[in-house]
Amino acid sequence: MMLLLILLPIGLAIVALLVPSNRLRPWLVPLAGTLHLGLTAWVVSQGDQWMFGRWLALDPLSRLFICVISLVYFLCSLYAPGYLLTRGERPNRVMCTCLLLFLGLTSLVILSHHLGLMWIAMEATTLSSATGIYFNHNPRSLEATWKYLLIGSVGIAVALLGSFFLAYAMIQAGSESTLLLDELVEHSHKLSLPWLHAAFVLLIVGYGTKMGLAPMHTWKPDAYGEAPGIVGALLAGGMTNCAFLCVLRIYHIAHIAHDDAYANRIMLFFGLFSMATAAVYMARQKDIKRCLAYSSVEHMGMLAFGVGIGGPALTGALLHVLHNAICKVGLFLSAGNIHRAYGSKSTDEVRGVLRRLPVTGTLLLVGFFAVTGAPLFGPFVSEYQIVAGTFSSGNLVLGLVFLALMMLVFLGMGNTLVNCCLGPAPEANETSRFRDHFSMVAPAMICMALTLYLGLQTPQFLADSVADATAFLARAPD
Amino acid sequence: MNSQILEPCLVLALLMNFYVLGVSRLNALIKGVAAQGVLLGLMYPVAHQGFLPVVGGPEGSLNAVGWLRLLSLTLVIIGIKGWVIPRLLLRAAAQAESRTTVSSIIGFIPSLLLGAVGTGAVMQFARSLPLTENHHTQFLIPAALATVFVGFLLLVTRREAIGQVLGYVVLENGIFIFGLLLIEVVPLLVELGVVLDLFVGVFVMGITVNHVSRAFPEASSEHLTSLRE
Repeated sequence: MMLLLILLPIGLAIVALLVPSNRLRPWLVPLAGTLHLGLTAWVVSQGDQWMFGRWLALDPLSRLFICVISLVYFLCSLYAPGYLLTRGERPNRVMCTCLLLFLGLTSLVILSHHLGLMWIAMEATTLSSATGIYFNHNPRSLEATWKYLLIGSVGIAVALLGSFFLAYAMIQAGSESTLLLDELVEHSHKLSLPWLHAAFVLLIVGYGTKMGLAPMHTWKPDAYGEAPGIVGALLAGGMTNCAFLCVLRIYHIAHIAHDDAYANRIMLFFGLFSMATAAVYMARQKDIKRCLAYSSVEHMGMLAFGVGIGGPALTGALLHVLHNAICKVGLFLSAGNIHRAYGSKSTDEVRGVLRRLPVTGTLLLVGFFAVTGAPLFGPFVSEYQIVAGTFSSGNLVLGLVFLALMMLVFLGMGNTLVNCCLGPAPEANETSRFRDHFSMVAPAMICMALTLYLGLQTPQFLADSVADATAFLARAPD
Repeated sequence: MNSQILEPCLVLALLMNFYVLGVSRLNALIKGVAAQGVLLGLMYPVAHQGFLPVVGGPEGSLNAVGWLRLLSLTLVIIGIKGWVIPRLLLRAAAQAESRTTVSSIIGFIPSLLLGAVGTGAVMQFARSLPLTENHHTQFLIPAALATVFVGFLLLVTRREAIGQVLGYVVLENGIFIFGLLLIEVVPLLVELGVVLDLFVGVFVMGITVNHVSRAFPEASSEHLTSLRE
C-alpha cells in the first residue's frame, strides 16, 4: 500500500497527459489530493513498514512528513480547479501533469531510505515544479524558472557529491560501504570524521539550497514571486519540507556518529543567518509574494535553528513543519487571488484589498498574524517551544537573538501586508474583474481555520507523532 | 592493471577541463564536454573490473547478467552524455542564431589560469583528506574534485545560458568520477537514475534556453536581471 502513495499520483499524471479537455483535466488534481490523503491516513495507521530491502520505509520521521505533505497537497489541490479554470486562456496539460508528478515524487523523497534514491527523487521534484513556475510564460517567469533550475540543480549536485563522500567515509572506516540510511546510521559511529564533516557540509549546502536556507536562498524570492500562488504554496509547504527531511536524515547520521557539536554549530549558523537575511530583505519589501518568500526563508531558518538547539526545541521545530506549512499555503493562495484581482503584486498598485476582496484580505491579515507568531495560532505554539527550549538549554543570547529577529520580521512583513490590505482600493487601474470566489477562498479559509485550531489545541495523534519523530532523531547513540 | 588504463584517462579528462575553459566557440565547447562524457562512460566498465579493492566484495567477478547490465548502462551513459545532451544543446545553440561563441566574465586567459590554480589547490586539498591505503596512489579523488571545480568556474564565469548549462554538465562529470570510487556501492539503478535526471535536467534547461533566446535574442543570462531587490 505504501507504494501506492507514489504510484497513484504518477498514474494520474499519465491520465492527465491523455485527457484532452482543458476543463476536465484540473479536476484530477483534487482527486489525487483526496485519494492521497485518505491513503496516507490508512498507511500511517499501519505502523512502521519496509519495502524493497529497506529502500523504502515508513519510520516515525517519514510518518510525520508524509502526513504534512499529503495535507498540504490536499489543501492546494482544492484550489487548483478554480484557479486553472479562471486561467482558461492558458493550456494546463503540462501544469496538471507536473502538479500530479510533484505529489508522487515528494512522496518518494519522504519514503526513500536510500541516499541515492532520495537524491534522484529530490532532483526530479525540482524538474517537475519548474514548469509550474513558468506557467505564465512571460519574461519574468522565464528568468525565475531559469534561476530556479540552475541554482536548484547545482545545489542538488553538491548534495550528490556529499552522499558519495558519506559512502566513502564508510570505506575509509574499513566497513562495507553503502548508501542505505539504516546501515549508515547503524555504522555511523565508525565513520571517518574528516570525510563525515565534509559530507555533512556538502549535504547541508545541497539540500539547504532546496530548503532555501540563506545564503543559498537566492532562487526563492524569484521563483515564489513569479510562480502562480498554488505553485508557491506547494513549494513553500511541500518541497522545502521535503528538503528539510533530507537535512534531518543527514543530521541523524551525524548525531549517531557523536558529531553533534559540529552539526549543531552548522545548523545554528544557517538558521540564524537565514532569519537575519529574511529580516533585512523584508524591510521595505514592496512585492507581496517576494515578502512571503522571505518569510519562508525565515521559517526554514527557524527549523534549522530548532534542530541545532535540540531537546524541546527540536520537538518545536518538528511541530513547526506542519504549522508553517499550513499557514504558508493559506498565505500563498490568498496572495495568488490578490495577484489575479490587481494584475500586480507590488504595494504601489495593490491597495485596499479588504475593500475589493474582503475575504481574501481578511485571510491574508489573519495569515500574517499567524505566521509571525501571534498567540492563538499554530505557529505561536511551535515557535514558543523553540524559544522555550533555547532558554531552558541555557542559550540565553541565542534565544534573545531569535526573538529580536522575529520582531524585525514582524515589522517588515507587517509594513508590506498590512499596508496593502488597508486604505481605499484604487479606481484607476482596475485591471481585473476578479472578485472573491468560493472555490478560490475556501482552501485558504480551511488553512486559517486549521491554524487557529492547532493554536488552541494540539490533537493527540499529532503530539504522539511529533514525539515519536523527536525520540527517533534524538535516540542516544550507542 | 586497470589503474594503468584509468590514470591516463583521468589525465585526459583533466586536460579536457582546460580545453573547455579555454575554448570560445560554442560548438567546440559542447563537443569538448561531450567528449569528456564519452571518456567517462568508457572508464565506467574499466573501473568496474576489479580496479578497486572492494572491502569484502568479489573482485571482478561478474556473471553474464551482470555483464549485460554493465554494458547496457555504459551504453546509456555514453549515449546520454555523448550524444543526446550535445544534440540538445547544439540544437538550442542553433536556434539562438545570433551567437556562435561564448564569452567569459573574466576572460579566457584568466579562466584558464584560475582553472590551473584551482586544480593545483584541489590536488593539494585531496592530499589532506585521509585516503584508504589502496587509494593513495590514485588520481581519482583529485581529478573528481578538480573537475567539479572547473564545472563551478564555467557556471559562474560564462555569460551565455548554454555555457552555464555546460558548466553544470562538467560539474556532474566531476561527481561521476568520484562515483567511480564507489562503483560497488552505488547500485546500477541509482546510477541510471542519476544519468536520467541529468538528461531530463539538461532537456528542461535546453527548452528554457530556447525560450530565453526567443525572449532575449542574445540568449545571454546577463539579460536575466529584472528580478532583483
